[in-house]
Parts: sequence; C-alpha cells; structure tokens
Amino acid sequence: MPKLIPVPDELSKPFWDAVNEKRLIVQNCRGCNTLQHPPREACRDCGSENLEWKETSGRGHISAFVVMMDSHLEYRTPDQPFNLALITLDDDPRVNFFSNLPGVPVREVQIGAAVEATFEEVAPDQLINEWKLVD
Amino acid sequence: MTQDTGWKRDKEGLGVWEHQGKVAITGWGMSPVDRRWDGMSMDKTLGAYAILAAQRALEDAGVKLDEVDGLFVCPDNLAGANGGSAANWGPTRPYFAPPYDSEEGLTIVTKRWMLDNLSPPNITYAPEYVPAIGEGLGMAAQAVGDGKCKVALYVYVMNNLEGRYRRGGESASAYSRGDNQWNNPWGANNIDLQASGTIPLRQYCQKYGTTWEEMMGPAIVNEHRNGLMQSWGFYALHGASGLNYEDYVNSRPIAWPARIWDYDRPVNAAGAFVITTSERSHDMRQKPVYILNHNEGRGGEARSSHMTMEDWEDGKARVARMVYEGSGLRPEDVDIFNPYDGFSVFLPFALEAFGWHGVKKGDAADFLKGDISVEGAHPFCSGGGNLGNGRTRTAMYIDSIEQLRGTAGRRQVTVKAETAVCAYDPGLTAWYLCLSNSQP
Repeated sequence: MPKLIPVPDELSKPFWDAVNEKRLIVQNCRGCNTLQHPPREACRDCGSENLEWKETSGRGHISAFVVMMDSHLEYRTPDQPFNLALITLDDDPRVNFFSNLPGVPVREVQIGAAVEATFEEVAPDQLINEWKLVD
Repeated sequence: MTQDTGWKRDKEGLGVWEHQGKVAITGWGMSPVDRRWDGMSMDKTLGAYAILAAQRALEDAGVKLDEVDGLFVCPDNLAGANGGSAANWGPTRPYFAPPYDSEEGLTIVTKRWMLDNLSPPNITYAPEYVPAIGEGLGMAAQAVGDGKCKVALYVYVMNNLEGRYRRGGESASAYSRGDNQWNNPWGANNIDLQASGTIPLRQYCQKYGTTWEEMMGPAIVNEHRNGLMQSWGFYALHGASGLNYEDYVNSRPIAWPARIWDYDRPVNAAGAFVITTSERSHDMRQKPVYILNHNEGRGGEARSSHMTMEDWEDGKARVARMVYEGSGLRPEDVDIFNPYDGFSVFLPFALEAFGWHGVKKGDAADFLKGDISVEGAHPFCSGGGNLGNGRTRTAMYIDSIEQLRGTAGRRQVTVKAETAVCAYDPGLTAWYLCLSNSQP
C-alpha cells in the first residue's frame, strides 16, 4: 500500500513542487540566515517575514529510529513493521525529516549513518522526500 | 464568542501567584472506571458517572449542592462525536428518553447538561469554555481567587467506546493535510510516537548510554504497583495487572521500543474536585490542601519536523521555571511529585527538568532503577498516574491531595508530605498545579 499522500497548502506548495522535481528545499531567513523546516510564515528565531527558499545539499545523518508495529494510520498498517527514522540535515542539523529508510532491513538501522535524499512516488504526480544510505 | 484566556499563567516572569494559599482543594470524587461504555447501561453513561463523581466530591468536602456557585465542566472527549477528527467512531444509535436523547449525557458531558441534570440551584459563574483538567483546575482556582465564585466544582470526563481507539477520521485517510503532511506520509503519527516523545527519548538513551527498557521498565512497574493501591483505579477495580519487569519487556510493541504498557489505557470515567477559598475551606470536612500556583501554556515546541531531545529538555526546563517561580518552591521543597505519565516518555524529562530529589540531566535512568516505591526515600509518582490507573487524568491530583492530607492509605509515603507538584501536562505543556497542606 502506498504511503499517505501529502496535500500541499499555500505555504507548503513550493516545497512539494520542488520535491516533485526531485529537489529538496527549505526556507532560509534572510534576516538571520537560519534554515527552517517545515515552512512558516515567519522566521522561528528572529520573527522576520523575509524568507526565501534555498536548495539543500540533500545530505543528512540518521539521528534516531523506532520500528512502527501498530500504527494508528490505516494506510500504513500493511507495511508494518517498518523503520521510522529521524534524519538531521547536514546543512543545519537542527532541521530534521522523517524517513522509512528504504532498503534498510527492519531494526537494522545504524545511528549516525550518512544518508542522502531520494524521492518516492506516492500518487501520480506526487513524490515525497525519502532518505537512503550513502554507499 | 471569544474564549477568555486572560486568566492563564502561561509565561515566565509573572512572579508568585497573587492568590497563593488563598484557594484550596477540599474534595475529590471519582466514578467507577470502566474500560468502555457498553452503549446500553444507563447507570454507566458518562453523564451518570459525571453526576456520581460530582456527588462524591461534594460529599468528600462536606459541601451541599446548594453551596456550589461555580461550575466548570470540560466538554472535551477523546472518543465519539467531539473527540477530534481522528475520533469519529462509535455506533449510530437510537437514543433514549430524556435526558439521554442525544450524545449529551451518553458520551459527552457539557456545562448545560450538568446544569440540567445535576441541577445545582445557586450557580453564579459557569464559563462556557473550560479546558482539560491540566488547565481546568487552574481556571477554577483563578476564578475562586478572583472572587468570581466561592465554591467551585470542576468536572472532568474521559470516554471510551467500542472499537479501536482513534482509528477514524484522518487516521483512516489516504491523505495528509496541515501539520500532518510533514509526519503521516512516513507513518509518524503523533499518538503512536507518544506525543512526539519516543524519538527524543531514543536520542536521550543514545546520549546518556542507557536503554529504554532499563529506564522505563522500573518506572512503569512502579506506576502499576501504586495504582493497585488506589481505591478507584481501573486495574484496582477490574483485576490487578501485577505488572512486573518481564511482563513489560515482553509486552506488545507499538512503536518499538515503546510497548503497550508505555501508553495509558483508555477508559470511561469521570472525576470531580471542589475548590474554594481558604476561609471557606476551614469549615469543610477535610483538611484543606492549599493551591500555591497554577500554570498553563507551553514550554516550547518542535524546532523542525519533529521534536528532539533538545526540544524536550529546553521546553520542560522552561516549564519547571514557570512552576517554581509562581509557587515560590525550589526543587528541594517538593515532597510529592506526580507529573503526567499518559505516555511514559514524559516521566524522565519531567524528572530531570524539575530536578526532583536532585535528579539532573542524564540521571533519570539511575534514579528510576533505584527505590522509587512509596515506602522508600524517593516515592516517585506515588499515585500510579494514568499508567497505573487508566486514562482518567485525575490520579496525579487525587494522590497529591491524599498524600498532603495524610489519607493515602497504603500509598501514604513515609517521607515528609507537605508540598506537591502535580500535572496533566502532555508534551511540552505547562499545565501544573502546586499544593501545600499549610498556608504560606
């Protein structure tokens, strides 16, 4: 069963549009030069609304993981058990993303391992960002 | 109508609460705690239980119904019609004769329903928007302190219906909207992840060189042991779990390493509390338990897609500062500590942030592996909390009141019990209450 399909809104549409082009972008505050994700109307740190979209390196590391075995989400239950990891972005480790670590056997996750962004189709014309181990 | 939030003590810098020691809790009452309402038994509806809990709280305080002039009823539920978009499940039923001719009284209890069916005759203050117990008791305390009422009755209900918990609505959707677009596609449901606490606690274990099991196992076993010493808890009433460490470790994983016992058990029950002025409290049946401070608001939020250990440590530290500032207490002054445990991960973060019994960052595992029983020197979560009693969200308050009265029975701690800090504070909320058995 496919993963759940994100529904972009006004704020998130640039992010998902970029993901559909296989690019990973996040907001950058022009006021204090801080990256933030998910997108907000204003900078989390300085409150500036002077924000821009910035392409990331697409590189990260595995910070922690759990194994989902009894999810509330009906559409994910056929996939159980599955890894659910938190990935920190190398550009700024305070920025994080979720990942199911495609290709990594359940529970065989190495904390601290390097990963890179990849993209996965969840619906026609809709990709989501994923992360795979760096060879 | 706009919700009044001006009463909230929701940030640092507010100083000691202006009504400190001038407001007291004088009674509590609990209904039976059932796993679910069966949809038929009219003596076990949420409405019947709310009335029963209110009557028991008034009886405990020695207060007649006509003396109550403030009514606070939180209408929120987790299951059924008003339980949020994930909670839309339950039967479509034929209704019964009034007052049970709608969901009100069955799976929902509102102020209006209580006014009509408990029928307190002299209510002069009954706000429309009453929050959950963590903030709601603070709201009632502030109202009494401000003179809006003199004898307040706060009623809190928790419901549970047939079927699996919160599996409807957005949880059954193929789409992820709003904030969920950043989580749900990867199966990162907030409830499964213990209100965004599981991954941060995994980071904690990694940083401080401990394991989930050796930290949470003793804490949860202790919660169940204390819950079995309650007169009203789910396990005490419906067959003891007698949970031991092996039971816990071998129990069903949900979001491994979090297991079924790391999550509180949904129940159908009601609780009630009587809050009054310190002057009135002296004429009531029980020894008053004075309120030193109440807090609301939040200590922080996730910096990015998901909360991290740092988010939790920073947020909980801010919460602790608010609580201590408003109460005038210092960590070493707190005798009874009953933080919220609806998800087990809340406990080590709260323990370290509040520095209870000298616990510092990274110390929680060693502390929890020590003697935390009610008979010992560090009686942590002496009430058994939600994990040991079911999801009533009342155990932290009831135990704190009883410990300070000296009426906790088999749970009565052997150390000094003059002050208490207790909470229903999910995530990084600051929903705390500070209590004392003497006026400052």
